[in-house]
Amino acid sequence: MITLTINGKEVQTPEGSTILEACQQAGIPVPTLCYDPDLRLAGSCRMCLVEIKGRPLYAASCVAPAENGIIVETESPGIVAARKVILELLSARHNFNCQVCEKNGNCKLQDYCYQYGVKESRFNYGEPTNYPINDPNPFFERDYNKCIMCTRCVRACEDITIARAISVDNRGHHAKIATAFDGNLTDSPCVFCGQCVMVCPTGALTSKVSAGLGRSYEVDKVLTTCSYCGTGCTLELNVKNDRVVGVTSNRTETGSPVNKGALCVKGRFGWDFINSPERLTTPLIKENGEFRKASWDEALDLVAKRLGEIKTEFGADSMAVFTSARVTNEENYIAQKFTRAVLGTNNVDHCARL
Amino acid sequence: MIEEKRIVLRNADLIDPEKIEDYLQAGGYQGLEKARSMSRPDLIAEIKKSNLRGRGGAAFNCGLKWSFVPADAPVSYVVCNFDEGEPGTYKDRIIVQKDPQSLLEGMAICGHAVNSKKGYIYCRGEYPYVVDLLNRAIDQARNKGVLGDFDIEVRMGGGAYVCGEETALIESIEGHRGEPRFKPPFPGVAGLWAQPTVVNNVETFANLPSIVINGAEWFAAIGAPNYPGTKVLTLTGDVANRVSIEVPTTATLREVIYDFGGGIKDGKRFKAVQVGGTSGGFIPESLLDTPIDFDSMRGIGATLGTGAVFVMDETRDIVDITTRIAKFFEHESCGKCNPCREGTFRAHEIMKKVNQGRASVQDIENLTILSQVMEKACLCGLGQAAPAPILTTLKHFYPEYQARLQLN
Amino acid sequence: MTNSIGELEKDADCIFVIGSNTTENHPVIGMKIKKNVLQNGARLIVADPRRTDLAKIADVYLPHLPGSDVALVNGMMNVIISEGLADLDFIAQHTEGFEEMAALVAGYTPEFVAPITGVPAEDIRKAARLYAESGNSVICYAMGLTQHRTGTDNVKSVCNLAMLTGNIGRPGTGVDPLRGQNNVQGACDMGGLPNVFTAYQAVTNDAAREKFEQAWGVSLPSQNGLVLTEVINKAHHGDIKALYVVGENPMMSDPDLEHVGEALEKIDFVVVQDIFLTETAKYADVVLPSVCFAEKDGTFTNTERRVQRVRKAVSAPGEARVDWEILCEVATRMGYPMNYENSEQIFEEIRTLTPSYAGISYQRIENGGIQWPCPNEEHPGTPYLHKEGNFSRGLGAFTAIDYIAPGELPDEKYPLRLTTGRSLFHYHTGTMTRRASALNEHVPTAELEINPEQANALGIADNDLVNVSTRRGRLEMKAKVTDTIAPGVIFTTFHFTETPANLLTSSEFLDPTAKIPEYKVSAAVVEKI
Ligand SMILES: Cc1cc2nc3c(=O)[nH]c(=O)nc-3n(C[C@H](O)[C@H](O)[C@H](O)COP(=O)(O)O)c2cc1C
Ligand code: SF4
Ligand code: SF4
Ligand code: SF4
Repeated sequence: MITLTINGKEVQTPEGSTILEACQQAGIPVPTLCYDPDLRLAGSCRMCLVEIKGRPLYAASCVAPAENGIIVETESPGIVAARKVILELLSARHNFNCQVCEKNGNCKLQDYCYQYGVKESRFNYGEPTNYPINDPNPFFERDYNKCIMCTRCVRACEDITIARAISVDNRGHHAKIATAFDGNLTDSPCVFCGQCVMVCPTGALTSKVSAGLGRSYEVDKVLTTCSYCGTGCTLELNVKNDRVVGVTSNRTETGSPVNKGALCVKGRFGWDFINSPERLTTPLIKENGEFRKASWDEALDLVAKRLGEIKTEFGADSMAVFTSARVTNEENYIAQKFTRAVLGTNNVDHCARL
Repeated sequence: MIEEKRIVLRNADLIDPEKIEDYLQAGGYQGLEKARSMSRPDLIAEIKKSNLRGRGGAAFNCGLKWSFVPADAPVSYVVCNFDEGEPGTYKDRIIVQKDPQSLLEGMAICGHAVNSKKGYIYCRGEYPYVVDLLNRAIDQARNKGVLGDFDIEVRMGGGAYVCGEETALIESIEGHRGEPRFKPPFPGVAGLWAQPTVVNNVETFANLPSIVINGAEWFAAIGAPNYPGTKVLTLTGDVANRVSIEVPTTATLREVIYDFGGGIKDGKRFKAVQVGGTSGGFIPESLLDTPIDFDSMRGIGATLGTGAVFVMDETRDIVDITTRIAKFFEHESCGKCNPCREGTFRAHEIMKKVNQGRASVQDIENLTILSQVMEKACLCGLGQAAPAPILTTLKHFYPEYQARLQLN
Repeated sequence: MTNSIGELEKDADCIFVIGSNTTENHPVIGMKIKKNVLQNGARLIVADPRRTDLAKIADVYLPHLPGSDVALVNGMMNVIISEGLADLDFIAQHTEGFEEMAALVAGYTPEFVAPITGVPAEDIRKAARLYAESGNSVICYAMGLTQHRTGTDNVKSVCNLAMLTGNIGRPGTGVDPLRGQNNVQGACDMGGLPNVFTAYQAVTNDAAREKFEQAWGVSLPSQNGLVLTEVINKAHHGDIKALYVVGENPMMSDPDLEHVGEALEKIDFVVVQDIFLTETAKYADVVLPSVCFAEKDGTFTNTERRVQRVRKAVSAPGEARVDWEILCEVATRMGYPMNYENSEQIFEEIRTLTPSYAGISYQRIENGGIQWPCPNEEHPGTPYLHKEGNFSRGLGAFTAIDYIAPGELPDEKYPLRLTTGRSLFHYHTGTMTRRASALNEHVPTAELEINPEQANALGIADNDLVNVSTRRGRLEMKAKVTDTIAPGVIFTTFHFTETPANLLTSSEFLDPTAKIPEYKVSAAVVEKI
């Protein structure tokens, strides 16, 4: 174990921990923007700076090792001043239109500006950022006027999806996130998994499918299992007013054991069939080749009657049930029980092989 | 009057740099031979004791740096930083052009100390002709067998100033975008391809053969005790003689400018000197008696840096020069960390405003706060040093700023 | 899967992917494989007629002809045996039937196999060595391996390969089928099959049947039932009078759709329970609206046998009801009362009858899910099967398998091999994804993939409209000329109701055991329109 002092308190942390980890273990909050525990470290946003007694430079706590005997201050006047300046610098390049921003209420830049009392930037010198917003893909918006260059998206693309669709283009203040040749994502190796959207701390990357449907603080998140392929990824359905308005990731090991928040394009952006106007809402009975609406009682009685008649007339094995690889275990169980115990046949199958 | 003392340039103009025979005749590769007769810990201890400090700018004790390489590392690398991207600096080029073998010998000595079989020279992109010279020198050394099982390869630089920063340089050799890495881990533990790596400047390496031959005490007795030896300086700007010289580190700025540089050109008066390259502090007349050694320069808020000495006469416009410097840093920021990426851009914008006579006292205050934060908060030396010209000119030449400010 | 998904990212030293376009069909598993290969240095072998994304980063890529899997794997085993790379200790201790298999494989030299598979002999050798010598090697496969008349043989072949090298029963080894749909695993586990109750307890086994008879209070039929394709064929003969379809869409997913349509027409009474009016629902006499995964509680079992919760997030649209409730209503009205309060109560009943699920409860899987077998409440679940080579049946059995050519080989009239599959942006019969606005906007139509050489010979350019025909039918679609597909092979997806690919496939050639139709090979011809 390593013993160090943080904000006057003696703290112990395992060998190999960073100062940030030591702070987290001690319950001392440290603001971070580029830090993401699942991604390669960058150490670049400099929000997590701390002061170490006797050292001339501030240390980025996310990459600085916790060392025996060091004396660390996380909110010294110098650190607070530095964080303010960093937030003001980011604010100066950021298009604050929180009132219409999808990320309002769930934005790290907004949170920290609030926390450090940054109302406006002292550094609005020169031209404001003005990147065109025109990626035509139907899945997510790329608004680099809100980008704070944390490169979490780049690292997620490279380290989770391994697609390497995006990287940092240009240098200095003109550095920006771009595909090769700064084109559209559709012309890149992008697979639209939205891992970049998942990790983006600001409103730079937001789902187009969810646009305008609800802010993070208006939605309830229901943890469930994706209904597409057999991988069994965990996802969160975002619900507002009894309507699914989006999908987000649960990124914990226990909550999302298979995928730890990673999803594919279908899981993340393919959910709005739930709200399709084509959904069936009442039973239908075919009469003279045309469907008409029916009540449940009428439909169920008809089904029970016809099945009973056919069973009597042609025998149980003249009937079959196709159950489904898409419905739940409980429903499959009931379907085969129904087939075997009620219809009296083993003619039950599903499209496992198809 | 202080005199030149030649250690790294000991063979300059005395031998033919294209001929390894000349170098051998002048005692070349005897240092390497002696080093190889020593145990590795002894060799490292000897270099540590000489108190040779890095000549690339950060002045880190050379032997101490080597000692970070784990003794049992199966693979390690020796990298020579010959990026020399600092405007106004050309001392590494002079050293290589006049005596390439002494660089190679120095690298091989280091190779022995850290048990490395492979060295890289990262050469500034603007020096293609020097690359050819180096490759010929390496071929000759290989053919003579003097390097033994140590091999050296030359790599062309990426052309960005920040690629001279040792971890950005490593990224660049690996074929990535030249962006600094956070430290630790330091290159000595995990550098090139994640293997232990020593990065030293050309001048640092070129000092080694003489130190090994003459011993640590000999070297430690030359120049300033805290920063012994000599320093190669390149004089530019408004001096009468724009020369390169090698002097003991006890030499003062005044001696450098007036005794070697011949004073100010055209009989004009001195205004300021900036030492150490673009990120060096500006030094006024009143501080000219400071010795050039690293710690003394630090003491006056300046730096020795690479040893570039840029002299400005009374006609120079300090605010305009500082604005140009701010532009340089805006252009050279790699863009990785927030305070530098955004800070160099805004600092340049504020300096432009000052320079155009549109700025207020508030703008100067904002510039100062920004600069102070950048010095402590940036990820690498570029962003940390970029504010130095601004802060030192504000300190020593404030009236020139004041004259530009908008009243009220 | 014998093993777990996470092992593909961390524990496997060599991954052999055969008949799976993993990055499109199981994208998150594909990411893990890529990570292991590109960042952790695992080796990768890919066998697929299409040069998939994984094939592009493979150490060895084997573009074998559709339907030649057994020959390919036999060829690899030939190399492993003849070069002394087999794990003889493992074979001696844990398996039986090796000699017979080895004798058969002796004839499958790489030189013999090369012309059958279209893969150079040297590449077969390389793949065999890599698989046998890398440490922990795992085999992943999907429908590219199973959807053949020899599907069962193909699967047994890769099991042979794993046992031959002792790559079973450790993390990072094993034989991993990647199941195509969210709950295929669960539907099988739950006895949604004509021959077994839950947990694969045979309906023909008297003890098993008696157990269920007791639990359900009725006597149960003891004969195996019909598989799906047999039901369709019998219906075509007029022998099926009633069909009850729960959330399936055979009018898109089954082979030879014209035949399926005729069969459905002949059934007296068809009930379809679904969330949309599917292609199949149009044939129904009664359509019952059910709810989707967001509107109900329950569990799904993923491809690594992990039982996970599905949670209700929103109310059902209109009067739609949960599938189990509807079935219970029908049962009750037919004189067999079925009443459950909620899905958890059903799960509790499942546990008592399903040994591999006995230790799983909703409470235990509130966080994270549990991998069966999980026989009791203390059991943590089973991340990988056959630990230390202990097979559930005692000894692992090798099977000697000869190569059998696909049922429909190319001929003069139909000179190409059509193979079908999926796109990253759609799912199965498209019922959901075609109604997901972004997915459908991004990929609104099917394309026919064809090799440039082939296209050139037929005068077809990229984006040209073409007719693709088989003995069953003809479809019109856009050509996509790409060198990611081998010459002689063409490919399309089966998601699009406008171009239902299964009009073209055949139901004639079924795997004799699993009754899987041969989706992956149909003789076809392409003409420019
Ligand atoms: C922006 C920047 C540029 C640098 N450029 C150079 C350079 O051109 N040459 C050099 O030797 N060191 C340069 N350095 C210093 C190196 O990072 C490193 O400290 C040096 O190569 C170590 O060698 P030394 O210990 O022998 O001085 C630069 C540092 C920074 C921050
Ligand atoms: S959507 Fe996925 S593949 Fe595309 S840029 Fe984002 S992370 Fe990369
Ligand atoms: S787009 Fe988002 S995640 Fe990417 S660098 Fe910008 S702020 Fe960070
Ligand atoms: S200080 Fe500047 S040059 Fe250095 S890492 Fe930060 S942005 Fe790059």
